[in-house]
Amino acid sequence: MFDFFKGFGVTFSTMFKKVVTEEYPEDFPPAAPRYHGRHQLNRHPDGLEKCVGCELCAWACPADAIYVEGGDNTEEARYSPGERYGAIYQINYLRCIGCGLCIEACPTRSLTMTNFYELADDNRQDLIYTKEQLLAPLLPGMEQPPHPMRLGTDEQDYYVQGPVLARRSAAGEDVPGEPVGEQVP
Amino acid sequence: MTLAPENEKTPVPEGYVRLTIDGIEVDAPKGEILIRTCERLGIIVPRFCDHPLLDPAGACRQCLVEVEMGGRPMPKPQASCTMTVADGMVVKTQHTSPVADKAQQGVMELLLINHPLDCPICDKGGECPLQNQAMSSGRTDSRFVETKRTFPKPLPISSQVLLDRERCVLCQRCTRFSEQIAGDPFIDLLERGANQQIGTAEDKPFQSYFSGNTIQICPVGALTSAAYRFRSRPFDLRSTPSVCEHCSSGCAQRNDSRRGTVMRRLAGNDPEVNEEWNCDKGRFAFRYLQSKERITRPLVRDASGQLVEASWTEALRVAAQGLLAARAQRGIGVLAGGRLTVEDAYAYAKFARVAARTHDVDFRARPHSAEELEFLTTTLGTTPETGVSFAAVEAAPSVLAVGLDLEEEAGIVFLRIRKAVRKRGQKVFQLGQWTTAGARKTTATLVRSVPGAEAAVLRELAAVTDDAGKQLVDALSAPGAVILVGDRAAEVPGLHSAVAALATRTGAKVAWIPRRAGDRGALEAGAVPTLLPGGRPVTDPAARAEVERAWGLPEGSLPAAPGRSTDEIVAAAAAGDLSGLVVGGVDPHDLADPAVALAALEKVGFLVSLELHASAVTERADVVLPVAPDAQREGSYLNWEGRRRPFGVTLDASGVLPDCRVLDTLAVEMDEDLFTQTPAAAAGDLERLGRHTGSAAAPTAEPGPTPRPAQVGQAVLATWRQLVDDGSLLVDEPALAGTARPPRVRTNTATAERLGLVEGEAASVATDRGAITLQVELADLPDGVVWLPANSPGSAVRSTLGVGHGALVRVAPAGALGGAR
Repeated sequence: MFDFFKGFGVTFSTMFKKVVTEEYPEDFPPAAPRYHGRHQLNRHPDGLEKCVGCELCAWACPADAIYVEGGDNTEEARYSPGERYGAIYQINYLRCIGCGLCIEACPTRSLTMTNFYELADDNRQDLIYTKEQLLAPLLPGMEQPPHPMRLGTDEQDYYVQGPVLARRSAAGEDVPGEPVGEQVP
Repeated sequence: MTLAPENEKTPVPEGYVRLTIDGIEVDAPKGEILIRTCERLGIIVPRFCDHPLLDPAGACRQCLVEVEMGGRPMPKPQASCTMTVADGMVVKTQHTSPVADKAQQGVMELLLINHPLDCPICDKGGECPLQNQAMSSGRTDSRFVETKRTFPKPLPISSQVLLDRERCVLCQRCTRFSEQIAGDPFIDLLERGANQQIGTAEDKPFQSYFSGNTIQICPVGALTSAAYRFRSRPFDLRSTPSVCEHCSSGCAQRNDSRRGTVMRRLAGNDPEVNEEWNCDKGRFAFRYLQSKERITRPLVRDASGQLVEASWTEALRVAAQGLLAARAQRGIGVLAGGRLTVEDAYAYAKFARVAARTHDVDFRARPHSAEELEFLTTTLGTTPETGVSFAAVEAAPSVLAVGLDLEEEAGIVFLRIRKAVRKRGQKVFQLGQWTTAGARKTTATLVRSVPGAEAAVLRELAAVTDDAGKQLVDALSAPGAVILVGDRAAEVPGLHSAVAALATRTGAKVAWIPRRAGDRGALEAGAVPTLLPGGRPVTDPAARAEVERAWGLPEGSLPAAPGRSTDEIVAAAAAGDLSGLVVGGVDPHDLADPAVALAALEKVGFLVSLELHASAVTERADVVLPVAPDAQREGSYLNWEGRRRPFGVTLDASGVLPDCRVLDTLAVEMDEDLFTQTPAAAAGDLERLGRHTGSAAAPTAEPGPTPRPAQVGQAVLATWRQLVDDGSLLVDEPALAGTARPPRVRTNTATAERLGLVEGEAASVATDRGAITLQVELADLPDGVVWLPANSPGSAVRSTLGVGHGALVRVAPAGALGGAR
């Protein structure tokens, strides 16, 4: 007999509690800061790509969602500091499980994950993201590759002194700085 | 209960010693190095410099183990790759000895001091012995905090091989390979101390035909290939064992493919054939698979004379109709080409007999002679057991090479002979015109001859009239001596007969080493005018009847007279005596007279071409049927030893068909059955036919007249091909082409003076048809002789000059020849 009031008691008390339902898509709450969303291929401060096409992300991927082919930087067409760049880079979001192992594997911090999670489509082809879609947007001061190394003479300048040189370059000082390592001709 | 008596030891076998490794007692042959004994026990000692086919060096010190001799431990750990086993030795590897383990970790730390941490961009990453062994025998951290030594990188030491000196651990595998195996010591250690590095002389690039092997044996990523640079990672690759299609050695190889594309090729390990090596042509020349010129759809010539794509049904219908009409008129000739698998060659042979109803079939897409066929009939059917094998060549006390430049035309045979020369002092004789690089590296005695007069020279030597003759005959009379005959011998009349006579006189064994991979198989499969499959002579009624029964043909349907050879087929077609031609992988520019061959292709009524690439034949064909390259099919070759070299499909589901399947379907359209739908079916059919037992008589042709320059400004032409040249399977491979020997016209000093040629300056070699202009290089040729590479860039001898080996040509400084192109 009291079960009736007990049952409705739960219903009525819930009406006065804070609502946990999110009003997606009218309301668009931000994901947690370290949410494993869509990937991004980052750039050096001068716009060159950080990706060296090493395929470690593809190797680490448990879902086999990443496809990479390396390429050879030449003097005429340089996409990243050093010898090698990622010529083809694809992530298949039909396969990606968002585990983030690829991020851990990346030796140059080129691959990171963003908070963007609206990855749905009505066909499979469009969910295979290519390098152009994954590359980070060009920020002020960045230049669309291919272009020569602006922050130094070799890739060590980018990896070891990159941020410093970028600041100096922004302040109008002379780049490059001290050579890293002892070069034997 | 009986107990086995304890401590009862079996005696140590003769020639063996007994030692203990990690507490396990083991018998090892005397002289074996410790690391190899460990390997046999399954104990892996880390190593970089040690390689079973190279002399021990002890360069990297990674294989340190603790050794105790006669109860006394050695004061320091010893390198197990240089120490030979001894009786009573007690060895403790890193598995049982903390001292050895610590020593190995220390060496690894030292090797890694200057090694850059660039594994992510290194081609070796993922299959790197240094990476693996740093994990297995290295410490997790290094005490080295100072800056690393760096070098500019990469340094191209040839157009194909790139050197990254930072990564090098100075194991010297590459320098030892180049010196000991290939004999091209272009690469060596430079400088001392911390600056010690691998390098080449400034003016001499690493120009070796075997340079690719150094990339494969480099235990770090210091040597990488320009063609494979950054193309893929080991875990992307699907590896398929395969066999090289470039020459008649049939090297084992590994095809590594990614997403339907062959990315690289490595030498396979086959101790009986190529050991662990291959030549750069076999390693790098595979881009023809993706060439833009590849034909993948059947083409049919339409009413307006244009080749247009057609369906298989349509193309086969048109081809069959055309061939049936041609057969009813003056008949069909079949030119099979020398690059076929045994199965395909059999399909061509059977197609000619059953569908084209003729013996006019020949695989020889090169200058040839009737004498050659007679000679080949005597060498038919040999296997490595009954004839000459790689092992027999290596074990031979002396070798005579006739019509064959070992390094340029049979690279792997050259490596074997060089090994025998180096290890046992094998005597090598080279019948040729000048001391080529290969002859120098095998310390060959040059039997010099004017081109075209080789037969006469050999006959005179065999008659033992002088010291040189005695030396040669004595050397070849030693048991196990070998005469190697190249397919160029067919260009010299009487040479095969002279070889046969010399072999009879000395008891030396004769082996035929053709240049192309399919020649030997095609001979056995009967793609020749005088032989049916299995070596059955066409003229033998019993053999014909046997084949007719096996193929289900009406009795007496096979013609009794032998067919026509390639040259005769081409001449007949040019004269209008043949109405149809079926042409396999034949380049008309390889034939004795390319002009006549092209005219024949133009003239012939109906031309069907089975091809991989657009070529001079497909341009003139009425129907072009695409066929599968080796990577996209299965099959087998017979190498020059007569050894079956089967290979499987590397790239499956490619949709292209092998020659035997295309011919089978074409024959079905012509209302005949070949039963060669698949290579396996063709092989089975050939197998069931069995072999003909019977001997053939050696040829006894007389040598031709010795060519002599008749006028001022004339010379006798000597010519053969270089390994890396303008061959049709070498297309789209610029890095490999960069390692080719530069094409030069060679002559001796006296002749050069007489003709007014200067070393280093250009000279023209001309006939009435055309001229070839190349830089002059002096060499030890006979007087009045010039040498040209037969098919190198700027030097296509047959198609430009219209003549070949032993012909008279005009020679003059460039620009001095009036009227020449």
